[in-house]
Amino acid sequence: MRSRSSFAIVTNNGCVSNMTEPIPALEVHDLDAWYGHTQALRKISLAIVEQRITAIIGPSGCGKSTFIRCLNRINDLIGGFRVAGRVLFQGQDLYAPDVDPIEIRLRIGMVFQKPNPFPKSIYDNVAYGPRLCGLKDPVRLDLLVEESLKKAALWDEVKDKLRRSALALSGGQQQRLCIARALAVEPEVLLLDEPCSALDPIATARIEDLLLDLKKNYTMVIVTHNMQQAARVSDSTAFFMLGQLVEFGPTSRIFTNPLEKVTEDYITGRFG
Amino acid sequence: MRQFDEELTALKQRILRMGALVETQVANAIKALVERDTELAKSVIVTDHQVNAYDVEIDEECIRLLALRQPTASDLRFITTAMKISTDLERMSDLAEDICERALELADEPQLKPYIDIPRMANWARTMVKEALDAFVNRNADLARKVCRDDAFVDDLTGQIFRELLSFMIEDPQTIRRAIRITFVAKYIERIGDHATNVAEMVVYLVEGKIIRHTTV
Repeated sequence: MRSRSSFAIVTNNGCVSNMTEPIPALEVHDLDAWYGHTQALRKISLAIVEQRITAIIGPSGCGKSTFIRCLNRINDLIGGFRVAGRVLFQGQDLYAPDVDPIEIRLRIGMVFQKPNPFPKSIYDNVAYGPRLCGLKDPVRLDLLVEESLKKAALWDEVKDKLRRSALALSGGQQQRLCIARALAVEPEVLLLDEPCSALDPIATARIEDLLLDLKKNYTMVIVTHNMQQAARVSDSTAFFMLGQLVEFGPTSRIFTNPLEKVTEDYITGRFG
Repeated sequence: MRQFDEELTALKQRILRMGALVETQVANAIKALVERDTELAKSVIVTDHQVNAYDVEIDEECIRLLALRQPTASDLRFITTAMKISTDLERMSDLAEDICERALELADEPQLKPYIDIPRMANWARTMVKEALDAFVNRNADLARKVCRDDAFVDDLTGQIFRELLSFMIEDPQTIRRAIRITFVAKYIERIGDHATNVAEMVVYLVEGKIIRHTTV
């Protein structure tokens, strides 16, 4: 069981107030986002606490994916995309002009909905990032690959076939490989955009166990359509609708006694 | 209407039917005592199994809904409340049965004194049960809080009845057997009030998500 003593009490407008004062890894202030003329996010403010799992839930098109993609500037790659407001990562504004988005993406990793390993060997998938960062030493690479695969709870299943194609792995294994690949560059935050939606329940349970285990060392933000999943793994839950943050609070409260009627309607399946 | 909503409505109806049965049992138990009607007392005792059956059915239905529907928010609070309310109703029914057993014993002996405070107290307790159930049906937290406050009056009457019976017992030891039985009845009624209070507290949780047990309202 997770400890509740340092649990973040997050008020409706996203302010963190607690006596034990949890450390925010990411602080979002009045974030607006547009794709061309279409506004996708409106004045989002919330704090993502270090070494906690924050779940983002909401109906399709509510802006939850856009939101987490703003957290490591991966949306920059989309033409016509722009943001206003601030995203502070350890006090530093991610969107300040002198910030290198490549470096941000190394420190804030991302795992996508569909497992997307490179058409390379298992080993090369995990070694890809570190190599790109200039790590050439084969001994250190071996160590890093092993460590990352262990952290992703995949090592025992693949240690004898590291040179085989990653594409031969099962969906659940591929997704854990993608997590290992993200971990290999030693990020501080892991963003997960519906990481289990293409997986069966057993593979999903393995990923969820993995996330709870990784929580000791990483801050995670997970977008999910599966509300039971949000309830199972996350410490805080944010409910988005129509590009706005409707409610943000401890997961146990959101799922037993939400403050907003819309949140209630959504999580009880009476939406619309 | 969604199937889940229909299931929740059916669950609510079942709680209400159980509640109505328990209300009648309590009323008849007191009537049997006051009017020394042994047939009525026996008829209350035999309806106990119906209440037990409701209790089991409601529990099973709640467990089924929890497992299959994974309810959240107010649905979750409704189902957990229903489980607790059925337990309290079942206990009230047992207490009504206990009152009837004492009534049967008391009917074998001459009446100690006319019943005045016992029916008064029983009326209060019955009203509490009724209002707690009304509060449940209408999700009325204010009415539920009133029920919690009313419990103090029933508690006071219990004390008063005890003191009065004590004076009888001191004056004439011949009355002890009967007086103790009547004291038991007063205690049973007081317990019925406590269970009604539990139901009312659950209603506040159902409506507001706040647990008010072990606090003063």
